[in-house]
Amino acid sequence: MNFNWPYPVRPEAASENAVEYDWIFGVISLLTVVFTVAVVILVAWLALRYRKGSLASRKNPLYHSNLLEMIWTVGPLAIALVIFVWGSVYYIRQRTMPKDAYDVFVIGKQWMWHTQHMNGIRENNELHIPVGRPVKLTMISQDVIHAFYVPEFRAQFQVVPGRYTQMAFTPTKPGTYKMLCAMHCGTKHSEMVGYVHVLSEQDFALWQETGGNREKTVAATMADKGRQVWAEKNCGSCHGAVNNQRAPSLNALYGKSRTFSDGTKATADLDYIRSSILNPYDNLVAGYEPLMPAYQGQLTEVEVLALTEYIKTLGVTGDAPVAPAPGVTAPAPPQATNGQNATDIANKQQSGGAPQYDEASTRR
Amino acid sequence: MSAAVQEPPQSDEQQPRKNFLNADHTIKSWLLTVDHKRIGMMYLLGVTFFFFLGGIAAAMIRAELTSPRGGLMSSEFYNKTFSAHGILMIFFFLIPSIPATLGNFLLPQMIGARDLAFPRLNLASWYVYMISGIIVLIAMLTGGVSAGWTFYVPLSSSYTNDQVALTLVGLFLSGFSSIMTAVNFIATIHKMRAPGLTWFRLPLYVWSHYATSIIIILGTPVVAITLFLVVMENAFGFAIFDPARGGDPVLFQHLFWFYSHPAVYIMVLPGMGVISEIITCFSRRAIFGYKFVAYSSMAIALVGFLVWGHHMYISSQSTYLGIAFSLLSFLVAIPSAVKVFNWSLTMYKGSVHFSTPMIYALAFIGLFVIGGLTGLFLASAGTDIHLTGTYFIVAHFHYVMVGGSIVAFLGGIHFWWPKMTGKLYSEYWGKFSAIVIFVGFNLTFFPQFILGYLGMPRRYHYYDFAPEWQFYHILSTAGSSILGFGFLLPAIYLTHSFLKGKRSPHNPWGARGLEWTHVATPPITENFSEPVVVNFDAYAYDPEADAIEGLPEEEQQIILAGGTTKKEELL
Amino acid sequence: MSAHTLEKHDGEEVYFQFEDIDQQQETYIVGMWSFLVTEVMFFGAMFLIYTLYRWNYHIDFYIVHKSLSWMWGGINTFILLVSSFAIAAAVHFAMKKDKAKQLMWLTVTQVCAVAFLAIKFSIEWPEKFSHGLIPDGAFQQNYTAYALEKGYGAMPDIARIFYSLYFTMTGLHALHIIIGIGIIGVLMYKIWKDDKIITDYIPTEMVGLYWHFVDLVWIFLFPLFYLIPA
Repeated sequence: MNFNWPYPVRPEAASENAVEYDWIFGVISLLTVVFTVAVVILVAWLALRYRKGSLASRKNPLYHSNLLEMIWTVGPLAIALVIFVWGSVYYIRQRTMPKDAYDVFVIGKQWMWHTQHMNGIRENNELHIPVGRPVKLTMISQDVIHAFYVPEFRAQFQVVPGRYTQMAFTPTKPGTYKMLCAMHCGTKHSEMVGYVHVLSEQDFALWQETGGNREKTVAATMADKGRQVWAEKNCGSCHGAVNNQRAPSLNALYGKSRTFSDGTKATADLDYIRSSILNPYDNLVAGYEPLMPAYQGQLTEVEVLALTEYIKTLGVTGDAPVAPAPGVTAPAPPQATNGQNATDIANKQQSGGAPQYDEASTRR
Repeated sequence: MSAAVQEPPQSDEQQPRKNFLNADHTIKSWLLTVDHKRIGMMYLLGVTFFFFLGGIAAAMIRAELTSPRGGLMSSEFYNKTFSAHGILMIFFFLIPSIPATLGNFLLPQMIGARDLAFPRLNLASWYVYMISGIIVLIAMLTGGVSAGWTFYVPLSSSYTNDQVALTLVGLFLSGFSSIMTAVNFIATIHKMRAPGLTWFRLPLYVWSHYATSIIIILGTPVVAITLFLVVMENAFGFAIFDPARGGDPVLFQHLFWFYSHPAVYIMVLPGMGVISEIITCFSRRAIFGYKFVAYSSMAIALVGFLVWGHHMYISSQSTYLGIAFSLLSFLVAIPSAVKVFNWSLTMYKGSVHFSTPMIYALAFIGLFVIGGLTGLFLASAGTDIHLTGTYFIVAHFHYVMVGGSIVAFLGGIHFWWPKMTGKLYSEYWGKFSAIVIFVGFNLTFFPQFILGYLGMPRRYHYYDFAPEWQFYHILSTAGSSILGFGFLLPAIYLTHSFLKGKRSPHNPWGARGLEWTHVATPPITENFSEPVVVNFDAYAYDPEADAIEGLPEEEQQIILAGGTTKKEELL
Repeated sequence: MSAHTLEKHDGEEVYFQFEDIDQQQETYIVGMWSFLVTEVMFFGAMFLIYTLYRWNYHIDFYIVHKSLSWMWGGINTFILLVSSFAIAAAVHFAMKKDKAKQLMWLTVTQVCAVAFLAIKFSIEWPEKFSHGLIPDGAFQQNYTAYALEKGYGAMPDIARIFYSLYFTMTGLHALHIIIGIGIIGVLMYKIWKDDKIITDYIPTEMVGLYWHFVDLVWIFLFPLFYLIPA
């Protein structure tokens, strides 16, 4: 047996889950082959044996049999349930994000992948990650729906505009793998292709030191960039170290439960922080008035991510919130370009100093 | 099984001069007809036209993919080509294919009615279908649409400047065409059955059309309004699904698949009905487990509405919602398995004739089994992660849609061709093309399973980053040429038979359905010359009588005495 | 014989595909209810979309809804309730074969329907148009100006969703009313001319079913758009 099929039939398995994936895939494939062959043999045998012209008996043809129907209802059902359980356990494991993972942010846009490391390194259509460590991607799209797909990791997930999605995998083999977009995203869909470089620990450390092969260290981490945004937009003028009249403190916000003015609750996760920056009114923390301007359309997704990362560090790493710029007392609304934000303008028109968002909600 | 069936006269001389085809010859008499048979024939022309247009698009896609870097067309044009292929094949061929042609033609004959309940509505549905098809063609010729047949927002609403709105208007209208047909079928099946024709005496073909109609009236309005809202977004700047304006693009996916998954059953259930008719007729015996086959159609129709989320395992619906959809998706596979086993056992102690329709039916079983089982990879949430959005999906649904629906459609066309036209076609060419289609089909789509597992995303124009995939693409393209040739053959010899074929006897297959035993071939305009009373079950065949027919006396005796088990006499 | 003709079957004039008048009427009713199922799914999908967005953006929805006039909405609700009663009365008199009263009540229905559309198209919508509150490209600017004028406002994006849903849903409802006016008009003409297809009360009853459905949709639309609680 020296015959070697010269073409690939199975993608390389380069992550921890890929091995188990191939097992499930193999077992279902085997079932498919066995069942197909069995049905084909059954059909061929019946068709030939009882073809017109054969001398087989036609006495007492069977027209129904509850026993047989039971067998071929319950039998396939049992097999299906086994696969269901196995596939679901695997699915749940894939969809449960590891706690101590190496975090990467991915922004999809027509037609490229933009990846961003916590230490501030940014890459386009490339992603360098260490081998043997769980890697967690937090992804958002700037325009249409994309899907981040690395066949060698058996990992795929949609990258949706307007909300964060996450996926995780643990690469096991250093190497270079395809990073594809698997959701039709427009003209150059098939050119939205990049490469994932899995590096050994040493190579990865070296790569990080040189700032992503740029021969210089990177000045700012994501949180540093977020601090700049925070200062630019003057967030600290309201959100201080402690709760004040205008706004709640954001110290140690991440992962806390928040109670809103209508009594509902939510956990402060990435999506919550994002939507509270962009559109603060619909989840107003109980006890506060809707004073904060909405930043929808004012911040890029990169800025929102950086700001979110910075907010996560507030009161956790001992990093005090940036003090308000001198002389600024009221919240500084973002530039209302093109008359984008009615509320701000409406607020400013209200009796000076105490902008009123809406009489009904202040009544509460 | 009593054979208390009234035989229409068999000799050619007594064939009635007048039938629905020659009742009137003017063009106007066709365009203004309310005869369900003529409308069925007009639908047949319509779906064939759109099938070949969609097929040309498919051929262009396959030709382009032979090389990793394409070269025949731009990416934009490529996107428009596969969108055109999907839109034409799904909305203008697969959905109306069997119900609107064979269903229209046969349903009243199978239940002993003179026509459908609402003949003018039926004609209206054909016009709506043709007008919507022409609108979509105009859209394609004046700019095309590149968002794919799924029209995911915001790509389709805010990021295209081609003819997506006009196309969606066409699809919105075509939805009304299928709703009209479905309402018509439901009213007809409920209220217009001949005296004595109880629900469990109905041919399974009628059951499957009933189930299909239920899916259409429940599902089609939902996708119609969803697509309508995308039109409003795209054309007028309304904000419904666009995330840049606070909308939720995943909501669109939910609404879209709420229809479009059951739509898969709209496409395949009528095919299953056709297979039930063909297998029983050419095995010369009643179906095995009638009630299970009938109920499984209804089960598929109802459970089919609860599984749409399996298209969205990786689109940010909650993990446990995904698991629930996965379980339901496994459950919906069971009734299909039940059908396959029942069809197979129907040949047991039958008298199997290998006529062209039977070849198609046997091919259907084999291909549908592969199509169904590869669905397990995709129903299982874990394995779906890697395969969704790849050629594995493409291969899977082509096995179900082409290997299932189209093969069944061709089988049905061949089975009822004598009934529709009164002409016989060449059995030789029929079998030959069935085999060509079978071979070409497998060669086209089997390599795509491997491509999908390797990670080739669907809708990719270039794959120059993985030139090792080219081999499978070339196999697939080679297969598609054979398949295309196979599809051309029936168009040619069936047209020839319609024009110059031999005249068919009233019941060329010895079938036992009302449409064969009580209706002339081709039928007269009012189908039945006198009212029918049904006092027998469906599929009143006698396999033993058929098996001994035409055999020498001594061999007849062997069969009547309980048959032989000797190998040389069996094979 | 290919024409769609009325024939005598068992002494009654019915369409040729039916055996007798009972079968014909029962078939019509099954067909009509099947059609209504599709209508329920049609509007149901839109109500679902509305519900999800209102759940997400309840405060904004509350603020935007204040610029709708509950008074005109209420008047319209009352008008449709009257029209529903009128068509029920018309079916009643159709059963009694009282042609004059049947026509009179159908006229009342028509008047109500026209009044409803008049309020919708000459008062309510123009009021929105005059402020440019059409969810198109210029919406944000117009809504900003509107909010300044009123002294309160919601997120323009969410207001745009609200108005998109408002115009789509009330627009499609109005389209159903217009179709209804046409159908009732044809029915009245046929009744007046003693047309053969008006065999008994069934045609009136089916038009009535349709009309009740259209009214029912409004009964849901009115509180959902005009009466959002704080």
